[in-house]
Amino acid sequence: MTLNGWAQIALILGLVAATAIPLGRYTAAVAAGRVTFLAPLERLFYAAGAVDPARGMGWRAYTLAMLASNLAGFLLLYAILRLQGVLPLNPEGMSGQSAWLAFNTAVSFATNTNWQAYSGESGLSYLSQMAGLTVQNFLSASTGIALALALSRAFAAGGVKDLGNYWADFVRITLYLLLPLALILGLSLVAGGVPQSLSPYVQATTLEGGSQTIPLGPAAFQVAIKQLGTNGGGFFGVNSAHPFENPTPWTNLLQSWAILAIPFALARTFGHIVRDIRQGWALFAVMMGFVAAGVGLVYAAEAGGNPLHIAAGVDPAMGNMEGKEVRFGTALSALWAVATTGASNGSVNAMLDSFTPLGGMVPLFLIQLGEVLPGGVGSGLYGMLVFVLLAVFIAGLMVGRTPEYLGKKVQAKEVKLAMLAVLVLPIFILGFTAVAAVLPVATASVQDAGPHGLSEILYAYTSGAGNNGSAFGGLIADTPWFNVTIGLAMLFGRYAVIVPVMAIAGSIAAKPKLAASAGTFPTHGPLFVGLLAGVILILGGLQFVPALALGPIAEHFVLAAGKTF
Amino acid sequence: MTAILRPAIAIIALFTLLLGLAVPLAFTGLAGVLFPTEAGGSLVEREGRVVGSALLGQNFASSRYFHPRPSATSEPDPENEGTTRVAPYNAAASAASQLGPTSGALLEAVTERVAMLGGGPVPADAVTASGSGLDPHISPESAARQVRRVAQTRGLPEARVAQLVAQHTEGRQFGVLGEPRVNVLRVNLALDALR
Repeated sequence: MTLNGWAQIALILGLVAATAIPLGRYTAAVAAGRVTFLAPLERLFYAAGAVDPARGMGWRAYTLAMLASNLAGFLLLYAILRLQGVLPLNPEGMSGQSAWLAFNTAVSFATNTNWQAYSGESGLSYLSQMAGLTVQNFLSASTGIALALALSRAFAAGGVKDLGNYWADFVRITLYLLLPLALILGLSLVAGGVPQSLSPYVQATTLEGGSQTIPLGPAAFQVAIKQLGTNGGGFFGVNSAHPFENPTPWTNLLQSWAILAIPFALARTFGHIVRDIRQGWALFAVMMGFVAAGVGLVYAAEAGGNPLHIAAGVDPAMGNMEGKEVRFGTALSALWAVATTGASNGSVNAMLDSFTPLGGMVPLFLIQLGEVLPGGVGSGLYGMLVFVLLAVFIAGLMVGRTPEYLGKKVQAKEVKLAMLAVLVLPIFILGFTAVAAVLPVATASVQDAGPHGLSEILYAYTSGAGNNGSAFGGLIADTPWFNVTIGLAMLFGRYAVIVPVMAIAGSIAAKPKLAASAGTFPTHGPLFVGLLAGVILILGGLQFVPALALGPIAEHFVLAAGKTF
Repeated sequence: MTAILRPAIAIIALFTLLLGLAVPLAFTGLAGVLFPTEAGGSLVEREGRVVGSALLGQNFASSRYFHPRPSATSEPDPENEGTTRVAPYNAAASAASQLGPTSGALLEAVTERVAMLGGGPVPADAVTASGSGLDPHISPESAARQVRRVAQTRGLPEARVAQLVAQHTEGRQFGVLGEPRVNVLRVNLALDALR
């Protein structure tokens, strides 16, 4: 570890914190319908859909509209992927994806996961990337943010009947928040070297007389939204490790910021919506605390290097460089790994499969904690609020009072629904991993022997169910078994959490808002921040510790003992 | 039912036209006007022929050139359908080794590479494959270890080659971002230009 490494990490996290304030306020204004600079375009959407943006929706109507929009997006993307061979904008003559792979890919992008069982430059046409994936990168992000807004409104006042209009939220977030940011970031990335071209691939003759095929494509715009929307799906196979997708430390800074900017800003937006900025800061503090601690752990592990390689004659100065790029080194790779797994982004600028055991365990654990630190755009905030309800419930049990959050009583119904949402991850992660670990059709896909092989399977289902999308890439994921089971994990990890969360929103919204009294447990101070962090660790993380002990922790001790597989 | 499906279909279709076609096409046009080189892949030409991209590494095996990092990319094997063969710096299929920290195959490869470079301690980047398989850079330490070989093969004074490496060493951006590095294609082009 170097001072310069820490300076880079502090600089980027500081930028995220600084921009969260204006961005959070702006998002609250968009949510309230106060931003209107594209009003004619916005009205076009309402006219086409025959919707009245001013008409409020209860939780059921809001959820149904969301599900319908996601289903339409999924079906359209599936069709494009299957038919790309006969559709235009396909200069490299890519053929259509197989049914299993197209199912997996369409679910992946509709659920904001962006798990990729294919490689972009060798398998997708320009049309699939632009009209298929780029669109879903926007819309799955808007979906998440809309849901978080709906849940936030439930806490804002007493006896609220409706949670807002889904279509209005969905259209406004896309047009006023995501699109302008993507255009600005996209142009900055082009300036930094990310291609944006519809030309065919270029054949180069290398200095030694060999030939090299240089892939191109409309990459910059898609890369911009993939980071801003915490999607993470790479334009090229190796994602943001690819020198075209992330050419310099400067583009790396822009992208690292973009990954964290909106999820952290939404904590602030929450403060605006409930008219108590301090409440937003408390959530922000928990999120930032975990991110900072995670970066410290990963940076220490990666900068320490691989002891076996050091013994074989590798200079330890640069740390563990397998799977890492020289321009980023261990500090920026560590920050990226934590940012993308804390934030449900799932893009990579270094290969997690080749991280040291503990360096790879932190990203894995961050996803398992529920993708709330700070989590995906919107999904992080609503996931965090689920933990908040559990935290006030536990605090209420300790002092024997009816728990309240922001003046709303938290009762049996909400706590049951919250537990339902929290249990989705362990069921699908541990359940599928357990089955896959003993099924020959699944273990045939595993690259590494020993505990690392288990980590590869565990990571795949963790990433799917957590809607993250990153991978321990040694696993051969494009098989019917993994395409289908990871596809299911992604679907349930998204919608089986959303439905109970929206039911909570409906239930909370209807309750009266009680005034704070001397007996109210304050939910903005350091005591609550500590309590919430503890609840996330215990209720979110404890059930995964046995699996981690068999995977990365076992591997750590095996490595220390000098054994290889 | 139509009350739910009508807006879903209409709004998704409209967003696909806007975000999937109109905006990306306009953006591509704008990017091509404002930053033609970068938008087109930062291609490098010599005597009118494209020799590569400044951002992508390429394979160098001759002792006349600085060598890049090991690369884990492969290509389809024409003699054996359905399988792949080793093809370092194949930019048509970016890839990493994905080997884990306790992989015996990785330790073997690293040990072999250390031996080929004349024994340790060697800079880590010189014996490990990058995440992309297309890393255009090597560390200044890795470049320094290659100066003597390149100078001898080309019959140049070592100091001249070392000077060239120093000229092509990029520092941290704004003094803080990233790690110091040498672009292998650029330094090799400069070597060829010395003649």
